Amino acid sequence: MSTLPTAAPRHPAEADAAEHVSVDLAEQSVRELNAALHDPAATATRWTVTHPRGLHSIAVGVDREVRVDVEGHVGYYFGGMNKHATLTVSGSAGQGLAENIMSGRVHVHGDASQSAAATGRGGLVVIDGNASARCGISMKGVDIVVGGSVGHMSAFMAQAGRMVVCGDAGESLGDSIYEARLYVKGSVASLGTDCVEKQMRDEHRRELAGLLQAAGRTESPEEFRRYGSARRLYHFTADNSKAY
Amino acid sequence: MCGIAALQIKNPEMGPQLGTLLHSMTCDLIERGPDSAGLAVYDDPQTMQGAASLVSLLGIDLPLPAAELADRLTERLEGAETTVEAVGHTTLVRSQASTDALLQALEELAPEASVIGQGSHVAVMKGVGNPREVASAHGLEAMSGTRGVTHTRMATESAVTAAGSHPYSVADDLCLVHNGSFSNHLTVRDELERHGVRFGSDNDSEVAARYVASQLEEGADLETALLRLGEVFDGFYTLVVTTRDGMAVVRDPIACKPCVVAETDDWVAVASEFRALSELPGIESARVFEPEPGRVYTW
Repeated sequence: MSTLPTAAPRHPAEADAAEHVSVDLAEQSVRELNAALHDPAATATRWTVTHPRGLHSIAVGVDREVRVDVEGHVGYYFGGMNKHATLTVSGSAGQGLAENIMSGRVHVHGDASQSAAATGRGGLVVIDGNASARCGISMKGVDIVVGGSVGHMSAFMAQAGRMVVCGDAGESLGDSIYEARLYVKGSVASLGTDCVEKQMRDEHRRELAGLLQAAGRTESPEEFRRYGSARRLYHFTADNSKAY
Repeated sequence: MCGIAALQIKNPEMGPQLGTLLHSMTCDLIERGPDSAGLAVYDDPQTMQGAASLVSLLGIDLPLPAAELADRLTERLEGAETTVEAVGHTTLVRSQASTDALLQALEELAPEASVIGQGSHVAVMKGVGNPREVASAHGLEAMSGTRGVTHTRMATESAVTAAGSHPYSVADDLCLVHNGSFSNHLTVRDELERHGVRFGSDNDSEVAARYVASQLEEGADLETALLRLGEVFDGFYTLVVTTRDGMAVVRDPIACKPCVVAETDDWVAVASEFRALSELPGIESARVFEPEPGRVYTW
């Protein structure tokens, strides 16, 4: 592993392709790190980021097959819009983790603040700890696996993708949900409008087993319940006309 | 937006570091509230100077020269020694008289002065401008003490003025800071005014402070007062309330506004964002969590 010299800092992307690039955010700015990660000429495939100190927007918009390991806690919007890359955080993440993720994998070993994986279209987001309110809000295809619990209004208006919660879910889970599939092992404080418990069939157990395995979890699919849309909000009904 | 930083010392040996740590926490939250700032520090010996009571006044322009005001206050307070000192953007009035007597004397001798803090343990200081400069102007870095709270403001509900800066301290040793906005504060204000409560600004957060003070005065404990606030107020909020004995945190039931708590055996800290906690000694092994919506936490 090489460390960027601090006396005469060079552009991180200048590191050798074979090199394992290390970026210390106590020495370099998030903007420099992100610019290096975005640089079309960059060839390094393994990055280690130290001293993140809760800074915002680390590793946002990465669009290549690289691995970025962050040692510490990150702030808002970590890994937003991620495409192809594999990102890990050894600590916790602030609001908007992996917001609008397109593909790749974002793994947080600690907790995540609100709106984790919001609007995500693809890829996998793994949170070993808890995620707070609105986890997976408006998710559009992303897979989310949470080792702990999720806060209220999680999977609000979820349109596609899968969410797995190994702990409990807060109030109004899956409010106004479309076709996302939700699997919860623990209790659900309450279900949101048009979200109902559904039967676990073999296809769901297979799907869930794959997600748990991908996230490195040891729970058994048999321990989970499935929730999804009752599909009562899909079409306008004349009975509701007086509400307008 | 707005930024909140609060630190309560559990291990007395860390008391001398309070100001340095709180200053650093505050500077990490400047982006959240760059227009003005305020701070409250409890039990700093240099600030309290052994006074029985301390009243903080907004600004340093007084109707009388400081020395003359001090003399007249002392005289009015029947010889209880009273001093008047400009510190940064704030005037500190210290006295050996009780807080009530000092406030009454100030009302008579400097009726135009705006009281921003009062009590026997706390000094409140606030000003307009970059929070780093406001904190430095008041010497925060050099302070020690038992707990402190700072606020970096991005004005939304009322103008950018020193009077609109937090904390709001409206009863002895009670301070409140707020990140968020209340939508029914005028209704609550009307109700409080009908009961004789007077206001010093147009700020929505002052209404919350005066509501909490009125609840405490009626005998409620801090937790009960904040739970009642949740029933009466409509809006978004993370609130930190400090007293001479402790500190409380509460978020609105939707938890729109951010808040992170970190706790070790030596201290408990609250901030709008983790980055403000990232430099605290022992943060690596601290218990870090987000307060649950609508739940009151006290230390």
